[in-house]
Order: sequence, then C-alpha cells, then structure tokens
Amino acid sequence: MAKRRDRNFLGPSGTSLGLGEFWALTLAGFTLFFAVWAGVAASGWLPPNLLPSPAAVWDTLVRLWHQPFAGHVYAEHLTASIGRFLMGWALAVGIGIPLGLLMGWYRLLDEIVTPLFDAMRFVAPLAWVPLAALWFGTGIGGPLLIIFVGAFAPCVISAYRGARLVETRLVEAAQTLGASSRQIMTHVLIPGALPSIIAGLRVSAGLGWQSLVGSELIVVGAGLGYLMVQGQGNLNTSVVIAGMIGIGVVGFAIDVVLRAIEAAFRKRWGQA
Amino acid sequence: MSEIVFEGVTRRFPLPKGGDFLAIDRIDLTIEEKEFVAIVGPSGCGKTTLMRMAAGLDFPTDGRVLVGGKEVKGPGPERAVVFQQFALLPWKTVRENIGFGLMCKGTPKAEAEAAIARYVDLMGLTGHEDSFPHQLSGGMQQRVAIARAYVMQPAALLMDEPFGALDAQTRIVMQEELVRLARRNPRTVIFITHAVDEAIYLADRVVVMGRKPGRIIETIDIRPLREDGGWEALPIEEVMDTPDFTHMRSRIWKLLKAREQERPAVPAPTPAPVPAK
Ligand SMILES: Nc1ncnc2c1ncn2[C@@H]1O[C@H](COP(=O)(O)OP(=O)(O)OP(=O)(O)O)[C@@H](O)[C@H]1O
Ligand SMILES: [Mg+2]
Repeated sequence: MAKRRDRNFLGPSGTSLGLGEFWALTLAGFTLFFAVWAGVAASGWLPPNLLPSPAAVWDTLVRLWHQPFAGHVYAEHLTASIGRFLMGWALAVGIGIPLGLLMGWYRLLDEIVTPLFDAMRFVAPLAWVPLAALWFGTGIGGPLLIIFVGAFAPCVISAYRGARLVETRLVEAAQTLGASSRQIMTHVLIPGALPSIIAGLRVSAGLGWQSLVGSELIVVGAGLGYLMVQGQGNLNTSVVIAGMIGIGVVGFAIDVVLRAIEAAFRKRWGQA
Repeated sequence: MSEIVFEGVTRRFPLPKGGDFLAIDRIDLTIEEKEFVAIVGPSGCGKTTLMRMAAGLDFPTDGRVLVGGKEVKGPGPERAVVFQQFALLPWKTVRENIGFGLMCKGTPKAEAEAAIARYVDLMGLTGHEDSFPHQLSGGMQQRVAIARAYVMQPAALLMDEPFGALDAQTRIVMQEELVRLARRNPRTVIFITHAVDEAIYLADRVVVMGRKPGRIIETIDIRPLREDGGWEALPIEEVMDTPDFTHMRSRIWKLLKAREQERPAVPAPTPAPVPAK
C-alpha cells in the first residue's frame, strides 16, 4: 500500500493519478471506514460495550491521555512500548545485518546458517511467547526476545541479498586497488547492500512492531499491549480499540520515516 | 620487477550441462619489463580471461602465470586494472573513486589530493570531481576508471578495451596521452583492443589471437617500424597514413580474417546488391 506513493499512481484503467487526487482518495477511504463504523455502532446491532462508536473511542483516548489506566497514562504506555520495541529492534538489526553481510561474503557461513534459518523462519514470533515466558518470566527479556524474533529474519535476508547483489566486478576492482577484506566490507559490500538493507529495515521494523503486542501479553507494567489486555479484562472495548489505534499510528509513523530515508539514499546514488 | 610470463596457460570453464569449455589453449607469452603489448582478436577469443589471470582475478586450469618471477596468487595494487565495463563504485564521487586505491594504501591526504587533482586535470574531468558515476557519460566514466588505475603508479597496467566507450576525438587524445605517459614513465602494459589501428600505434608488440580455442596466432614486433618511421615525432593521423602502418594494418586484418575463414561454420558475408542507377 505504501509503495504507491513512490511511483505514479495507477488507476484501474491504467491512468495515473495526481498527488492531490491520491490524498483525496485516501481521505475518502478513511471517511468511508469511520462512517460505516459509526453507522453500525449507531444501528444498535451490537451492544455499545462490544462496539463503541468512533466518538466514544475518541473520548476514551482523551481520557486515557489524562487519567492513568492500568497504572499509567496513555503516553507512558506508548513510550514503554516504543522503548521496548527500539531495544528489541536494535538487537535484531545489530546482529542480523552483520550476519547477513557475512553470509553474503563467506559461502561456508551461508551454507551453515541458511537451512537452520529457513526452518526457524516458520515459527511465528507469537509462538515464542510461551518459551519467552518460561525463560524470562515477566522480565524485560521476554518481550525483547519476541520483537527480536520478529525483526531478525528480514534484517538477515535483506543484508544477505544486498551483499549477494553487489556486482562481483566491483569487489574485484577494489581488490585490484589493494583493498583489504575490511575495506571491501566497509567501502563496497555495505554501501552496495545499503538500499536492500534499508528496505529490509523497513520490513523488519514493521514485523518487530507487530510482534510487540504479543510480547506485551506477558509483561506486567506498561505498554500498549498491556493496556489492551487490561482493557479486555475490564470488558472495556474502547480501551482495547484505543490501544489498537496507537499501534497503527506508531507503526505507520515508523514506516514513513524509514521510507523517507530509503528515498534519500536512492536519490543520492541514482540507484533504482 | 614486473615482467609478465604466461607458461603453457590453459583455462577451461565448466559448462552448466557438464563437461567444460576450452577458453584458452596452452598460451606461452612473455611480456618484458616495461614492454607495451597490445592484444587483438575476435570477441570471445579469451582476451579478458588472459588479462584476468595476470591480474590474479582468475587462475589457469593448467600452466602458470608469473609476474616478476613469482606465481600470481591474487590481485594487488602493483598490477592496476582498467576493466572493460569501468567497475566504478556508484556510491563514491569521481574524486573518491580515483583516490580509492591511494586510500587503501594509506597515502597521506595532501599527497593523495595532489595526485588526484593531477589526474582529474589530465583526464579532462575538471569540474566533475564531486559528481557520482551515474551523473557522467560513458566516456567520462571510462576516463575515471583510467585515472583510478594511473594514479596508483603501478608497475604493470592491465587495460581491457580502455578506450572502447570514447568518441573518436577523445580516443585520439587519450591514445596520444598514453604514448606520452608510456614514454615518460615506462611500465609493463597489457592493452586489449578491438581496434587494430590503436594496437599498432600504441604497442611495442601486437599479439593476434584466434578463437575456438583461444590461442595466439602470431606475435608481431612493431618497434622496428616505429623507430625507422620516427612515429613518435608525428601526430597520430600522419602515422596512420604511412605505408608501413597501412601494410601492418592489412597484415593483421588478414591474420584475423584467415582464422575466421578456417571455420566453415560461419558463412562468408554476401556482398550487398549494388543498386541500379
Ligand atoms: N566465468 C566464465 N564462465 C564460463 N565461461 C566463461 C567465463 N568467462 C569467460 N568465459 C568464456 O570464455 C570465452 C572467452 O571470454 P573472454 O571474456 O575472455 O573473451 P574476450 O576475448 O574478452 O571477448 P570480448 O572481446 O567480447 O570482450 C568466451 O567464450 C566466454 O564465454
Ligand atoms: Mg573482453
């Protein structure tokens, strides 16, 4: 969905849309969504405690901003989640990117790690929750492990692909100019893999952030996931939806920032 | 010491369907210290492969390649390479590309800057120092690739069709410049080209290769012609008009053509019908 902004926008008949039309349609989409939601809520098909109206959710959000719920105000839950996410994501990036680059460079490592990795990839981050709970109890380690598991794979894969896509002749040219392995890593492989790495960072941040709620199901303290679980426990649907909105907005913001960085790099090097 | 010796060099490439392809068949060739050797031959005859083995980027299946008496084990900055497809680093500016080898070597900054500036000037790249390769024309990229090799002051220069992407005028300027450089600061050069003219004008010896399998058909010494004809004092156009030069050119053309005609698989081109007036 986000991709469309990078290119020309193609309508169903293949004609491209201007930026103004694009935003108009985006706005129309959201308006329609809220209208349907408000309509269904007002129709009384579902009791308001199961489906609160958009206005009720908004009121709840405003209230959560000032009054602590589950021990903290909304902003504190937000920052707790973001902080946890950043730590887990940084760990995934810090280990995953170098590992991927090395796999692209050393065939042997590639052959050792890839099968293992392919097998592990299919265990969803949420499937790690019980193990994380057993290992770390309610400590910070549990959520970190789960965000890590969610964000790790795209980091490794993107760095690996990026390094493999760097043209051999560039590495060879550097070698004939006397570059050491380290210089080839920093001046050829990393910059060559960077567009792919940045695209991977975007995917991994998305997946890491999505794994967050799962991780926070086992946290006691603060966080959007925790807020939502508490809301569920109190049968407070508005609070649950308010938490979901926070997750969506922050996730979208992360994506926008990383997309801007990606675009800046492409422009600088003229790479498609 | 940078004499380059190919000793019974054979290179086979494995074919995807099994078996292998004989790209180079038992080549013996010695390029003396500070000698300029041009290699001409049809596409696919193994010129690039031969050069890559001198560079240490590829290795013979049989035989040995020696540089300065030592068997080549890998690439090194004393053997600079100008690649057929430039191979500039897209994320580095012209200045950074030219200075890359110096940086790897740990040349002091001021010294490196001065050397870079000299070659930027020599290659007519002034004003483009901070451009990225994708912002340059093909010919300019090629000049950056040449500057990047020259700036290393290598004992041996291995150039794979280095003037291929240049327009005729720039090409002549570069050829004359290369002759000047070679005279001022002689070094061992392997120069691959499709242009027979260029090979005769630049080289001490021209190696003519044939294909299927890739091998040397003949090695021709140009030095007697150049010295007797006083080529070095003449502009390039005049050199190319001398009878010695034109004879040499047709001799090499015949060698290349004879080889092709030995292979009946390739039909001779039919002459275009002459339009009736
Ligand atoms: N890595 C490789 N794997 C398989 N075959 C190869 C490889 N490199 C070269 N060859 C084959 O070896 C032969 C010689 O190739 P090479 O690139 O040396 O030719 P060339 O004389 O430089 O041609 P050109 O003038 O077109 O550059 C070709 O038939 C090519 O297909
Ligand atoms: Mg070639």
